[in-house]
Amino acid sequence: MAVKQNNIRNFSIVAHIDHGKSTLADRLISFTGGLTDREMSEQVLDNMDIEKERGITIKAQTVRLDYTAKDGETYILNLMDTPGHVDFAYEVSRSLSACEGSILVVDASQGVEAQTLANVYQAIEHDHEIVPVLNKIDLPAAEPERVKTQIEDVIGIDASGAIEASAKSGLGIEDTLEAIVTLLPPPEQGDPKAPLKALLIDAWYDTYMGVVVLFRVIEGTVKKGMRIRTMNTGANYTVDKVGVFRPKPEDMAEIGPGEVGFLTASIKDVADAAVGDTITEDKRPTEIPLEGFKPAQPVVFCGIFPVDAADFEDLRAAVGRLRLNDASFSFEMETSAALGFGFRCGFLGLLHLEIIQERLEREFDLDLITTAPSVVYTLKMRDGSDMQLHNPADMPDVMQILHIEEPWIKATIMTPDEYLGGILKLCQERRGVQTGLSYINGRAMVEYELPLNEVVFDFYDRLKSVSKGYASFDYQAIGLREGDLVKMSILVNGDPVDALSMLVHRSNAPGRGRMMCERLKDLIPRHMFKIPIQAALGGKVIARETIAALRKDVTAKCYGGDASRKRKLLDKQKKGKKKMRQFGKVEIPQAAFIAALKMDDS
Amino acid sequence: MMNGKIKGHKPPLAVYIHWPYCARICPYCDFNVYKQRVDKGLVSAIMDDLSQWRAWSGARNVSSVHFGGGTPSLLRGEDIGAILDHVDKLWGLSADAECGLEANPNNAAIEKLTAFKFAGLNRLSFGIQSFHDAALQQLGRDHDSRVAKAALEAATVLFDSVSADLIFGWHGQTQDILAHDLTLALNAGACHVSAYQLTIEDGTAFAKAEARGARRAVDNDLSADLYDHVQTQLLAAGFTHYEVSNFAKPGHESAHNLAYWRGHDYVGVGPGAHGRMTVKGQKYATIAEMRPDAYRACVQKTKRGFVQAEVLTAEAARDEYVLMGLRISCGLSLTRVNEIYPDPKFDRAMAVLIDAGYLQRENERLFAAPKGRMILNHVTEKLLAG
Repeated sequence: MAVKQNNIRNFSIVAHIDHGKSTLADRLISFTGGLTDREMSEQVLDNMDIEKERGITIKAQTVRLDYTAKDGETYILNLMDTPGHVDFAYEVSRSLSACEGSILVVDASQGVEAQTLANVYQAIEHDHEIVPVLNKIDLPAAEPERVKTQIEDVIGIDASGAIEASAKSGLGIEDTLEAIVTLLPPPEQGDPKAPLKALLIDAWYDTYMGVVVLFRVIEGTVKKGMRIRTMNTGANYTVDKVGVFRPKPEDMAEIGPGEVGFLTASIKDVADAAVGDTITEDKRPTEIPLEGFKPAQPVVFCGIFPVDAADFEDLRAAVGRLRLNDASFSFEMETSAALGFGFRCGFLGLLHLEIIQERLEREFDLDLITTAPSVVYTLKMRDGSDMQLHNPADMPDVMQILHIEEPWIKATIMTPDEYLGGILKLCQERRGVQTGLSYINGRAMVEYELPLNEVVFDFYDRLKSVSKGYASFDYQAIGLREGDLVKMSILVNGDPVDALSMLVHRSNAPGRGRMMCERLKDLIPRHMFKIPIQAALGGKVIARETIAALRKDVTAKCYGGDASRKRKLLDKQKKGKKKMRQFGKVEIPQAAFIAALKMDDS
Repeated sequence: MMNGKIKGHKPPLAVYIHWPYCARICPYCDFNVYKQRVDKGLVSAIMDDLSQWRAWSGARNVSSVHFGGGTPSLLRGEDIGAILDHVDKLWGLSADAECGLEANPNNAAIEKLTAFKFAGLNRLSFGIQSFHDAALQQLGRDHDSRVAKAALEAATVLFDSVSADLIFGWHGQTQDILAHDLTLALNAGACHVSAYQLTIEDGTAFAKAEARGARRAVDNDLSADLYDHVQTQLLAAGFTHYEVSNFAKPGHESAHNLAYWRGHDYVGVGPGAHGRMTVKGQKYATIAEMRPDAYRACVQKTKRGFVQAEVLTAEAARDEYVLMGLRISCGLSLTRVNEIYPDPKFDRAMAVLIDAGYLQRENERLFAAPKGRMILNHVTEKLLAG
């Protein structure tokens, strides 16, 4: 039975973390009968444990709902749950381009947050109709009128008709569904017989189904058995299965124009199904692929090493498994004199890094050391070439470098104004350039341009602490800028320790260097000899501390009853050698590395 | 005392008797101790345990008997006498064997000391700790400086060898206070001083206090200065520094403790006592049942105080011999090290440490150089586990 294209509504939900996006989605699903109450586990859309715990979506999810509206017509509603974080901005933009409208969920007491802004602006850029929903309206602290004014002032859309809802109690759910049907437009008409043109929204690895591809058809029809091609990667597959999520997967005979569905096609690697690619029929391809395809580009890098060198093979298997499901995560083998064998890994952003690290530790039960995150620097070389530097340890001789460029971001920070002073100071310390400051209803919105490398260390943590957790933060990349950057090496007893070297701005080098030296002084145990710890730029020492020689450690009492205990301690020391990293004559405990690499300077 | 000395070719044997009771538990002590004053049944259990050890060791020449604790000075003179007589009957005890006891200054009334002497003891070591009342209070001791001085003075009249055991490095101690403590011990006639740096052991009341942030011990650098001072003052007074924490006038070294450091066998009886016994070339390590009631029950049931003897591997026996031997100024025998466990790794590590000036070698003797003795834990670790 052909679907009436006029009765399709594709929409996403835009919200800040904790404003109730997932709860609202769940309510919409249960209201339309997508799942019985018994089947509704809490927040069905967020599949992964980490997603549930953090209340964020990492992979795009979709649910097809059948809704019989008050006008008597039955509508097909495709709810796209988009990744809610800036790290996944590209994925968000692809999801949004598969929809015609968005529901903007705003907590009726908290109001608009920085992240809401970034996402809603993206939706507006994709020409979405926006339906504002004020959630948690039944909370005593709810201020619907103030928040409506805020939405109009800050975002610039009409909020007079905003739906007052409580996803928790079920209030306003039917109003929301009616608004989707009446206020959001249907997809543009597409010819079901035209050559296939479909947007690849997302792809992931499912244990039972293999690689699953989520797509939106623009023109033509996807059928089981069809030979398809992905136009940018150029790969061919035969469609094994076509279907929709309700939210349980349900097989369909075909998916036509305007519809969202999934397919499986014996695709081996998620990396072969690139987000944003155009799917077409192999023997009858569409002439022009969809615009806007970009391959995934990692922006933050760090080294990941097993705490116990014996776990390296397990780590190798684990990163391989994760890559199966996340093509935007990249890795290559790295060796460090300090930390042994590990991987240099690339991520879309800091949250992405944290998620991957947590999944490695949790799902694969690995103990890991993560080195300080670093961004990708572009080195303009004297011979006219460009070099991408992912790891400060790989820095070439400075004489060969003309200058160094580093990525910058535009940060948007919203905060109650009593914390503004601390936030401005923080941004200033991080080489920020203020580009905007405005007040809306007692909240300040600051815009700063900042070098990404100043943000990757501990900016989130510092921001949280100076604002007691009230500030919200979002950013977007704004390209490369030349910077006066230098490689700072840390020398322990005269030997450089590769895992501790970093690129810093020349003006910050003395402070950072002093901090590292002071910290290491407390972390490295005394040895039989004096140990100088130095921070150096090239051959020039900029900070220095000395660990005094151990003067006395001999046990006071050692009689007949102590021999066994001392011998067992020796046995432990014999085994414990593995837990120490040897640097020339100096032994540095593993724990010291981990602590030194935590970069908070609070 | 009977002279039942048996001349044998076997190395001498030391006998350790652990008396686990104290009138009060010191906040820095992590030994196997219980707060109680008397336990009649324990003396006979110790005697039965000794008999079984004699059956295991065969005829051996006993060089020393030592009562440790706990507070063995809580024992009555006749109990001590009975135990010494029993040892004499079992192995034979020569007139020159050292019979020592660790005494609390509170148990040093002249009648008590006379009873100890009559029982056959010839050496007392007093847990003086300090002559500084504030320090004694901080250390949780139940005696004061007047009692400590009186005990030492009385004991030196009755006994040839009297040791004053001192603790240094308690929080607040200065070099002057330490010097004063040493002077008083010397003036009272002590011909042996054990000077122990206060260390905070896990599970003690002091460990809990330090975890709360309350300082009980001085820092590493000051304790090294204090240790230097102890050496200087005692060497000037004619003492030799024969072990890390032990100083003696010539001829007054503790024979019993030297047996541990020289790697001799020792009998260990009483709750929680450790023993070492070499039988047919195989070295065994024993630990008696820890709790007094369990110990008594064990002896009653099996005639001996330990459940199982651990067989030491050659490497473990070598490790023990080396870690004990490096503590004494006369060091250890490399011939013996090689006999126990030939190990090229040891030889290489030794060469490096000699080169660096931490160890010294004279013919087949190896000993810690002055700068190595201070950091002997590190040196030992490098030598055996490096």
